[in-house]
Amino acid sequence: MSFEVYIHVPFCLRRCGYCDFNTYTATDLGGGASRGNYAAMAIREMRLVRGWQERHGVAEPPASTVFFGGGTPTILPAADLVAMLDAVRDLWGVEDGAEITTEANPDTVDAAYIDALAAGGFTRVSFGMQSAVPHVLRTLDRTHTPANVEAGVRAADAAGLRSSVDLIYGAPGESLDDWRTSVEAAIGLGVDHCSAYALTVEPATTMGRRIAAGLLPKPDDDDEAAKYEIADALFSAAGLRWYEISNWARPGFESRHNLGYWRNVDWAGIGPGAHSHYAAAGPEPAAGLRAWDVAHPRTWGRRIAAGEVPWADSERISGAESLEETIMLGLRLREGLDLAALPARPDETGIAALEREGLVERRGDRLAPTLRGRLLNDTVIERMFDICGL
Amino acid sequence: MATQHNQPGFTDQSLIRNFCIIAHIDHGKSTVADRILQLSGIVPEREMRDRFLDRMDIEQERGITIKSQAVRVPWTFDGTEYTLGMIDTPGHVDFTYEVSRALAACEGAVLLVDATQGIEAQTLSNLYMAIDHDLTIIPVLNKIDLPSAEPDKHAEEIAGLIGCEPSDVLRVSGKTGEGVADLLDQIVMDVPAPQGDPDAPARALIFDSVYDSYRGIVTYIRMVDGELHAREKLHMMGIGMTHDPIEIGVISPEMTPTKALGAGEVGYVITGAKDVSQSKVGDTITTASKGAAEPLPGYRDPQPMVYAGLFPIDNAQYPELRDALDKLKLNDAALIYEPETSVALGFGFRCGFLGLLHMEIVSERLEREFGLDLISTAPNVPYEVTGEDNTVHHVTNPSEFPEGKIKRIVEPMVAADIITPKEFIGAVMDLCQDHRGQMGTMEYISADRVEMHYRMPLAEIVFDFFDQLKSRTKGYASLDYHEDGEQSADLVKVDILIQGEKVDAFSAIVHRDKAYSYGVMMTKKLRELIPRQQFEIPIQAAIGSRIIARETIRALRKDVLAKCYGGDITRKRKLLEKQKAGKKRMKMLGHVEVPQEAFIAALSTGEGANDRDTKDKIRAAQKTEG
Repeated sequence: MSFEVYIHVPFCLRRCGYCDFNTYTATDLGGGASRGNYAAMAIREMRLVRGWQERHGVAEPPASTVFFGGGTPTILPAADLVAMLDAVRDLWGVEDGAEITTEANPDTVDAAYIDALAAGGFTRVSFGMQSAVPHVLRTLDRTHTPANVEAGVRAADAAGLRSSVDLIYGAPGESLDDWRTSVEAAIGLGVDHCSAYALTVEPATTMGRRIAAGLLPKPDDDDEAAKYEIADALFSAAGLRWYEISNWARPGFESRHNLGYWRNVDWAGIGPGAHSHYAAAGPEPAAGLRAWDVAHPRTWGRRIAAGEVPWADSERISGAESLEETIMLGLRLREGLDLAALPARPDETGIAALEREGLVERRGDRLAPTLRGRLLNDTVIERMFDICGL
Repeated sequence: MATQHNQPGFTDQSLIRNFCIIAHIDHGKSTVADRILQLSGIVPEREMRDRFLDRMDIEQERGITIKSQAVRVPWTFDGTEYTLGMIDTPGHVDFTYEVSRALAACEGAVLLVDATQGIEAQTLSNLYMAIDHDLTIIPVLNKIDLPSAEPDKHAEEIAGLIGCEPSDVLRVSGKTGEGVADLLDQIVMDVPAPQGDPDAPARALIFDSVYDSYRGIVTYIRMVDGELHAREKLHMMGIGMTHDPIEIGVISPEMTPTKALGAGEVGYVITGAKDVSQSKVGDTITTASKGAAEPLPGYRDPQPMVYAGLFPIDNAQYPELRDALDKLKLNDAALIYEPETSVALGFGFRCGFLGLLHMEIVSERLEREFGLDLISTAPNVPYEVTGEDNTVHHVTNPSEFPEGKIKRIVEPMVAADIITPKEFIGAVMDLCQDHRGQMGTMEYISADRVEMHYRMPLAEIVFDFFDQLKSRTKGYASLDYHEDGEQSADLVKVDILIQGEKVDAFSAIVHRDKAYSYGVMMTKKLRELIPRQQFEIPIQAAIGSRIIARETIRALRKDVLAKCYGGDITRKRKLLEKQKAGKKRMKMLGHVEVPQEAFIAALSTGEGANDRDTKDKIRAAQKTEG
């Protein structure tokens, strides 16, 4: 079982109207929680987590991947990110050839910044591109211009880092042509990896409130389905192959860190609101543990200052829940769900029906969703729950 | 607590006054009744709680009295202690039958009218009923403490109706207690004492019975002649059964066992009978030995006016629903039911109710007191349908509507009386016309209020007529109705088909003119309520084999959540578990999963959609008839 480290950086220059992530725009949140000392606090948390692992007999191998997400990790000085990475190296070790990624806002990085990351051991940058169409970027409250993205990717190329770009489809007012333009622009950057996410409107966001008030149209499932199909066709034609519902890559360029989540590996989540997962850390051998940090940086900082692992809560994952997670995560992947690894052989007639309906493809013991099954993934998962007697 | 001189079973009839209170809902009857209990001293001040007499939770919440209660109240007038039997009556139109039972147990009626509102249609109809029972009427205006009270105006109105002087109308405030003592004095002075024969064989009228989970059936009686004693075998003359009484007593204001009940007194009997059929309202109780030869004149049996199916959402609750209905029936003689099977909803019961409020209260009690989750189908009135072969079908459920050619359909009619301020006459006329009402006469009951008389199909009233009347008259109009024969009408059955399959629970019998709007609105509603599925789902409305409206639920193309990273997994798993639980609550109609909420919402009434699309579709549907 491999081990990964996720480091959350809960700061942004401004909050985007659609975003419900755990992020803050103030530079100082009081009580010693600030951008300035964030890296130091995160490193203290890593030590506390390492101590917890030791006390609970959780022996992890060196990290196979480290991922900085946010928020906007690149709002911090590059040296801070490098310092946190160094701490991971000191505490757990990092595999040779490990994948070290940071998310980046195209506005907050320049060539010098990227060079500093590369020198510190980073291997990959994931740019929040979202769209190449100015009016869509405005609807999404994004401040960058398409030109910033290009500059960022070129700087990463020059520094020898791999790049990925994220796109969002389904923003109010985005036409099918707008979306095609964005996908083609992403492909045109020459990146090896692309993520495309349907805009999910959470009610407690500015956009959610504006939609509820009738000021913006509600994203339409049919429109999003059409856009998904466009993305899949254009990416595939450009040699970027889907490997997870929302992710496409040239073979060999998949995000190993994210694959870890879907393959249910262990990971330590560092930073406010970050989740950790230990597949075999429960009191019973089969029960896993998932824990998550307190959400607000102030409380998080206080807990760390008091010498506590700053978890808000945790859950024991029962056998049935673990099976549910294996099914729901495995069915998102091109490699598919490993039927042979399930605790009991599932009912073949049910699986045959899913195949007949064009929702899944069977390759040996692997069951993977078709294009239709990717779009109707919840249906496929629920049917598979039934088939497995859940 | 005041000691009472007059003891049950030993109180001379000349000292007894039995009365009821007739009042519209919200006119403050319960407040006045509470005040009477307090003044008489039988409820100590500190134990007084609002609406002492309304025992059931629902009654307290809705502020309406469903079950009559009979309380023995002492009142001293001119140095003599009198015994008042106060019978609380319901004020809503659905409970006319219960009012009639209460009236038959009294010699007098207090007509209680809100001094800010004036008399309402249902009060008027209950007043006429009291006059028909030869009761002495004591007119009273309540809420005179309110600044908006207009006692002079409304006293005039009441005087005009019952033929007294405006100055004879008493003025009270249940809230402050003002005038309530005078009211009790007036009752002693005006209400005649009972005139039964104390030496004759015992005869007591059953005017109510209540199921109490600790005591079994509690039967409320009004002694007419003779005496009943504890430990004396009782005989129910109508059903011909004999019981040992476990207890007889009076309510003052809690149940108090007594040795005997004498002529003219109001009290209760507990026989240990477990089945309401052994304590039939309207029956006469006498003694088993040396009993009376002739029973008292009975009551009219309640006739259900509205039928609806009640189905447990979880079909496994069917036996519990049956037990719950059996129990409710014990204190709700008007409720009738028989088993029914629906393809869409499974096993349930076809129930007959006095009216819509009665139906609502029954479903609410079933859910609240018995913990059942229920779906009720759209309310229906009883039709008489004659087929071409001259067979007559009694249809209380659209599924009983015969196939093939129909010769004649007869529907129940009601005479509806509406009292409204005169500025709403036009609005009321429009509403009644929309509901196939034929106007009769109209008279002014005061300078600015009129009473309008209509003959209307009952079916038009049971749906949402009352709500619309209230909304079109800013809440001022009041409605009363009673059966008024039947009439043939051009009615059709509209079926709703989901993916070509008829869904019995959505079928409705409607007037031909309304069939199109019913079909269009129902198909539209269902299109919104049924979630999209993997395939396209046509939803159609049809009269016989002719489709009159159609909507399509497009196939679902996407249900996936875009992201599922480390921090999303728990949330996503829980969401899927919730969806899975939700699916278990869905009904499978053919291959289509229909959520329970769709049944509930589609069957609930509500203002018809007035949007452009609905109107266009209704017009298009009507054209197809050509």
